[in-house]
Amino acid sequence: MADQRILILFAHPSLHRSKVNLRLMQVADTYPGVTVVDLYQQYPTYLIDIEAEQQRLIEHDIIVFMFPLYWYSTPAMLKEWQDLVLEYGFAYGKKGTALHGKLFFCATSAGGTEQAFENDGFAHFTLGQLLQPIEQMANITGMTYLPPFALFGARNAQEQGRLSEHKSQWKALLSGLLQKRINPTEAKQYELLNHYLVARAKEKK
Amino acid sequence: MTGYFVQAFVYLCAAVVMVPLAKRLGLGSVLGYLIAGVIIGPVTGLVGSEAEAIQHFAEFGVVMMLFLVGMELNPKTLWQMRGSLIGLGGLQLLLTCSAIFAIALMFVERWSVALAIGLIFSLSSTAIILQTFNEKGLSKTEGARNAFSVLLFQDIAVIPILSLLPLLALPELQGAGGSVEAAQHSEDLNLVKHLPAWAKATALAASIVAVVAAGYFLSRPLFYYVAKSGLPEVFTTTSLMILVGIAALMSLVGLSPALGAFLAGVVLASSEFRHELKANIEPFKGLLLGLFFITVGAGVDFPVLWQNLGLILACTLGLMALKAILLYLLGWIFGIQSYNRWLFTLSLAQAGEFGFVLLSYSQTHHVLPSDIVQPLSLVVALSMFLTPALFIVYDKVIEPRFQDKKIPEPEDEIGHKSKVIIAGIGRFGQIINRLLLANGISPVVLDHKVSTVSRLRGINIKSYYGDASRPELLTTAGIDDAKVFVVAVDDKVQALAMVKHVKTMHPNVQVLARAFDRSHQYELINAGADVVISETYKSALQLGGEVLKRLNFHAFRVEQIKQNFTRIEKQHFDSLYQSWFNEGDKVGVDEHYRSRFMEIEQILLESMQQDRSDHHHATDRGWTPPPGGFDEDRQS
Repeated sequence: MADQRILILFAHPSLHRSKVNLRLMQVADTYPGVTVVDLYQQYPTYLIDIEAEQQRLIEHDIIVFMFPLYWYSTPAMLKEWQDLVLEYGFAYGKKGTALHGKLFFCATSAGGTEQAFENDGFAHFTLGQLLQPIEQMANITGMTYLPPFALFGARNAQEQGRLSEHKSQWKALLSGLLQKRINPTEAKQYELLNHYLVARAKEKK
Repeated sequence: MTGYFVQAFVYLCAAVVMVPLAKRLGLGSVLGYLIAGVIIGPVTGLVGSEAEAIQHFAEFGVVMMLFLVGMELNPKTLWQMRGSLIGLGGLQLLLTCSAIFAIALMFVERWSVALAIGLIFSLSSTAIILQTFNEKGLSKTEGARNAFSVLLFQDIAVIPILSLLPLLALPELQGAGGSVEAAQHSEDLNLVKHLPAWAKATALAASIVAVVAAGYFLSRPLFYYVAKSGLPEVFTTTSLMILVGIAALMSLVGLSPALGAFLAGVVLASSEFRHELKANIEPFKGLLLGLFFITVGAGVDFPVLWQNLGLILACTLGLMALKAILLYLLGWIFGIQSYNRWLFTLSLAQAGEFGFVLLSYSQTHHVLPSDIVQPLSLVVALSMFLTPALFIVYDKVIEPRFQDKKIPEPEDEIGHKSKVIIAGIGRFGQIINRLLLANGISPVVLDHKVSTVSRLRGINIKSYYGDASRPELLTTAGIDDAKVFVVAVDDKVQALAMVKHVKTMHPNVQVLARAFDRSHQYELINAGADVVISETYKSALQLGGEVLKRLNFHAFRVEQIKQNFTRIEKQHFDSLYQSWFNEGDKVGVDEHYRSRFMEIEQILLESMQQDRSDHHHATDRGWTPPPGGFDEDRQS
């Protein structure tokens, strides 16, 4: 079985202020088998090269949207990317099977606490609910959707010492995916990939 | 006349043969000059006693060097350096001088002689050290910067030393009628010789004020007037005239010409003519300093050396060891780290060219008896001879040892410290300059139109007068450690020449150029420019878009049309470039290029047309809806 290849589509519109995503992105970049694309770096004027993006999708097995949450959704670049790259006849429609069988998930960070993202919390919806349009995008394009990998309370995660744990979870996730040690059916049972990773680690002990 | 030619030829020839050889052997140019001097002087006897006369003339090279050093330091930088300048420099001079004084007291009877020796030997050689730092690319290291502070302090200290030395005169050497006062100014020409002390002091102060004031108020109109004439050689003449004038004025009132030149340099450091001035003086300085080192080599008195070989060698090595120990100690106290401390120590551990100046000065002022002046100047010369050897020790022994501990240069991710040079500050360069300035990057801006430069100075935009197509000017503007070089001049030929020069001589510098038209764009790419931007394309496209909007095209649609237009152009750019390149300079055979161009125009037209009639052409992708009823067959 050939090793898996991961494509991280990274979208952060103000990277110079990034506290979490930049570090995680740099960590990911060190793995052979992981391709990190800084979309805002590559397309500073939103002029997305559709051909190149589609080619990249074909060459990878696992697709990741990596972004900080903006208004409970992706930054504009990722929406633009969807609108342009996931064309009829490529990603959906009768002949649009290019993405079939690939794994897909979001790696995101939110300013609000985990409690806020509950139905009786400040945000009124869970992260999984908020990301449903993306889940549906994965469904329509024939990809297997995994729950999001997320860091809540990202603005002060470093000060509170939560960042390093998140980082090691991220590493475990990436190497697990690369070596096909992540079971999608099991992972789907959880609200977040983080929970799945914690449960898996406990099991091993 | 014939004699002069022969002599000049001997000097030049020796330098031409020896200096590249020494450089190739890793000895540095200074040692090359010194050896050349020894060969034509004491070894073969090709040059004789006139070497000393030439040396006095060549000392003007030191004056020029200090002028250039001053120009590197505007008053603000000087002020920032005050800590290491006064602390490190002052302590070095004080400690070294007292130590040598104490040791010398054991050998000579008179304290005044010992003190003179201490003062003379505590100085180091600015000429050798700065030259070597530059050659080896060490100027930016911490060790070199601290060494520079010490050297600068020494250069400034020479002035009070020059006025102090005559007070140490030995009465028995002065002859019957001589008094200390009379000996104080024995130069042939000295305007203040017969004035009372207070008037003398006033004259000194007045001349320093005059130099500074003239630098501030007179230099600009003068340079402006000269630059307007558009004759580069007159500008060179003016530069030399100013330096010689300062030297003359300083000598006339009995001050060090080097100090005057240094002050003038500091005053002119912020002048818009700075880089052009430097480019003009630099070759003269190099030539004269080289000559100076040759004369040092030629002046080695072998008979005296052989007679006292043991003593002179012992003195030299002792002196260098003593200076090195004190320097190492100071480096430790001032927290200079690891290999930088060694660089600091080894570079400064010699006596300097001011030693010769002070020695001959001391002799004429009866401070030192002539029988000890000869061996002492041999010690100075020998220690200068050994300095390149110390640099070799640093290169071969010290640096490799610290290789793994090397302190990484502080990273500068956003490029605030990166150096950018902009050639041309007309309508085009100004925008680039403002963009950079607004983001905390201060580029070095050069323009050859003096009126442009002065107009911009009027609105507080700092730029320098100078012809950026001259390699010397680019060197003084700092092309060697620049990251990006922007060619924004409006002269096609000049722009091309600049790109070619920078890309050949400084391949690591990124060259970003402004192109006048399409063929200029090709030429610039061909010359190696990393980025070429057409000066009209973007704005014309913008205006074209505005036209479409006036014709009721939707603004977002206009944006897409413009993007498509650019993309198609870009796609065919390479093929056009190839056909331009293949045809080269063959006059009249641009037929193929023309037909290629027309072809592309046709493609452009077609793709735009199709786009409009809503046949989804390959170039018009994005936001294309799926065909009607596509999800019905999915559900079935």
